[in-house]
Amino acid sequence: MEATYSFDRIEPLARQVTRTRPSLSYWQDAWRRFKANPRSLVSLYIVMALGLFTVLGPWVWTIDPTAQDLDQISTPPGADRRARVVEPYTRWVPPNITLEALSPSRLAVIGEPTTQAVRLAWHPVVGASGYRVYRGIAEPNSPDALGLPLTDIVNAALTGFEDRLDLKPRTYHYTVVALSTEGRELEGFATLDVPVTRVITTSEAIERGLSERNGSALIGDVVYLDFHPLGTDYLGRDMLARLMHGARVSLFIGIVAPFLYVMVGILYGSIAGFAGGRWDQLLMRFADFVVALPFLLFMILFKMVFNTGPGESGVFAMLLAMILLSWPATARLVRGQILQIREEAYVGASRLLGAGSMYLIVRHMIPNTMGVILVTLTFAVPGALFTEAFLSFIGMGVAPPNPSWGSMCNEGIKTMLTAPHELVFPAVFISLTVLVFNLLGDGLRDALDARMRSAE
Amino acid sequence: MANSRPNKHAYIRYAIKRLIQGAITVWLIATATFFAMHNVPGDPLLDEKAVSPEIRKNLQAKYGLDRPLLEQYGIYLSNMIRGDFGISYAQQNRSVNDIIREHFPVSAILGVLSIVFAGLGGILFGALTAINRNRLPDIVIMFLVIMGISVPSFVFAALGQITLVNVNAFLDTSILPVAGWGTVSHMIMPSLILGLGTMAFLTRLMRSSMLEIDNADYLRTAISKGLPPTRIFLKHQLRNAILPVITVLGPSIAAITTGGFVVELVFAIPGLGRYFVQAVQQSDYTVIMGTTVFYGAFLVFMVIVVDLLYGWVDPRVRLD
Repeated sequence: MEATYSFDRIEPLARQVTRTRPSLSYWQDAWRRFKANPRSLVSLYIVMALGLFTVLGPWVWTIDPTAQDLDQISTPPGADRRARVVEPYTRWVPPNITLEALSPSRLAVIGEPTTQAVRLAWHPVVGASGYRVYRGIAEPNSPDALGLPLTDIVNAALTGFEDRLDLKPRTYHYTVVALSTEGRELEGFATLDVPVTRVITTSEAIERGLSERNGSALIGDVVYLDFHPLGTDYLGRDMLARLMHGARVSLFIGIVAPFLYVMVGILYGSIAGFAGGRWDQLLMRFADFVVALPFLLFMILFKMVFNTGPGESGVFAMLLAMILLSWPATARLVRGQILQIREEAYVGASRLLGAGSMYLIVRHMIPNTMGVILVTLTFAVPGALFTEAFLSFIGMGVAPPNPSWGSMCNEGIKTMLTAPHELVFPAVFISLTVLVFNLLGDGLRDALDARMRSAE
Repeated sequence: MANSRPNKHAYIRYAIKRLIQGAITVWLIATATFFAMHNVPGDPLLDEKAVSPEIRKNLQAKYGLDRPLLEQYGIYLSNMIRGDFGISYAQQNRSVNDIIREHFPVSAILGVLSIVFAGLGGILFGALTAINRNRLPDIVIMFLVIMGISVPSFVFAALGQITLVNVNAFLDTSILPVAGWGTVSHMIMPSLILGLGTMAFLTRLMRSSMLEIDNADYLRTAISKGLPPTRIFLKHQLRNAILPVITVLGPSIAAITTGGFVVELVFAIPGLGRYFVQAVQQSDYTVIMGTTVFYGAFLVFMVIVVDLLYGWVDPRVRLD
């Protein structure tokens, strides 16, 4: 067998290499993984929707979040908005009632019960020296639970009462009890269910532009009060507008604060990681100390130190306190990453090939820590949102009248039994946002974390 | 396991080192609190109605506010070392020590109960999900866990209260009181609510910890030895999976402490957390300083205790 050697130039093989699929960069690969996970994709869409709600919302729904609609206080969504136009209020004198007029009940409504006034008259009780009128929102089932005492009438001859106290379009249960000469309540009571209808005077309807006929609302017309898709709060402010403006505050703190303190942490951690040795020790000791500070206590302290005026929104103080106290976790993480990457073979190889520090940082350190940082950032958002909500809830956060989701919850919890929507909406928004960012963080970690990747 | 204990001397040295570090941290917390409070705009005596300059001077002398700042700091520190936190500004004849002594036990009972709830629940549900991985119990519990992590504690508190009101109204008796403090029945709902978030977190941790040891060598050995499944589960799986759960108990205590503020507020429980929030709202400086330092010291101490416990329970942990 004779071997023939040829020293001719051979054809380069590169041409013949067929690529089965294009090579993907780290980020392309991560994105492909991220897309494959429906949970994270859905949460990304919801985050985008929340962003639109926050940024564009107040432009689309231009109601002033501080404007009070006093005709609709604590109304749930979908409540009846109709109001009948009536004449302005005129004084009323309780008439003398005969027994026949009231039969069979001992208590009757005179005229139509409206939000302007409810006029009651009752049959005189023998031996009574006066009467006490109660108004309840529940059916009175015992003499001890008749509702709100409206008035004591100390004149036995006066057997009528006009209620004008904060009437709402709902059914009230009026109860009249006779009083003895000593002012004690006598046995027995008369009770009446009164469905109250909403009315509005001509001048009010015109003033608020509710009438379709310009400048001349007619008595008896039905007008529609302002529309509040998510109802109103305890001061009659539009919930949707408040939620949108509250989102601006809550999401601003929830996203900007983590972003800033993660930045501080990256800077601090990379300085410590690069410097190494003594400086590293010293810097990390300080970070350990900041970690040991009881976070919320110091947050509250900082808020008190930085919050000067009562009219301020308190957002800046909260932001500053969060940045000052929350950076060490990221700093630790980034330092660890940098110390680890510094020892990696590929960094050594790069250095061997003559790469400078700057090149190493830009080309190896930053891209390789980016994933971890992004995941940290995503998981930091729920934490910051919770902190804002907690502080606003205990009254140390965003100051009224500025809405934030936390402060709305704080206000809503006071009326949660009678108007649950005031608590439910902001609570749902907080929970949804936190949930979505948690899921997004999970998805990002699965997509970006090299350790998880190799385990697959 | 007797031979696997770490070197006793090393352990004691580690404990002493941690305690010294903790003491330094508490000192720094006290210092930071002191100077932070002295930079708060306004002055604690400002709220007093129409104080004449003489009375003001007397009051300042009484509280030592006329001395130089460093001297005040010295007095404050020496008082604190002797365990004296001063007198409340808002409630003239109550010392901060009295307030802590009276209200901290309430918070502590609430906290301990909720830690117990959270720990037991977390371990139980975590183990349950890991055993039934990707089956219905796992899916249901993990869904609830995500809810538990995402919903703020005050919403849980409000929901719990509404539920109690409705259930009590429906049954026409009071099975559990809606608010207040005093009997065991008062404690159940608040501590359950307070523990929920931590329970969710621990469940997640327990689940991943159980799954991680799923293909450990010792587990395979135990199975191939033919040990009964309950024994394998209790002695090998559960026991090893619980270890990481213990490490996060320290931070959990911190979370439960601050969560306690809200729960105490909503359920009208006379605990220290509610007092702290009240003091903050009333700018009651001595109470704020006293409770901050007290809480800070408590948390630092708890973290140390948990770390030491962990070093004792798991001999593989390196002490440094």
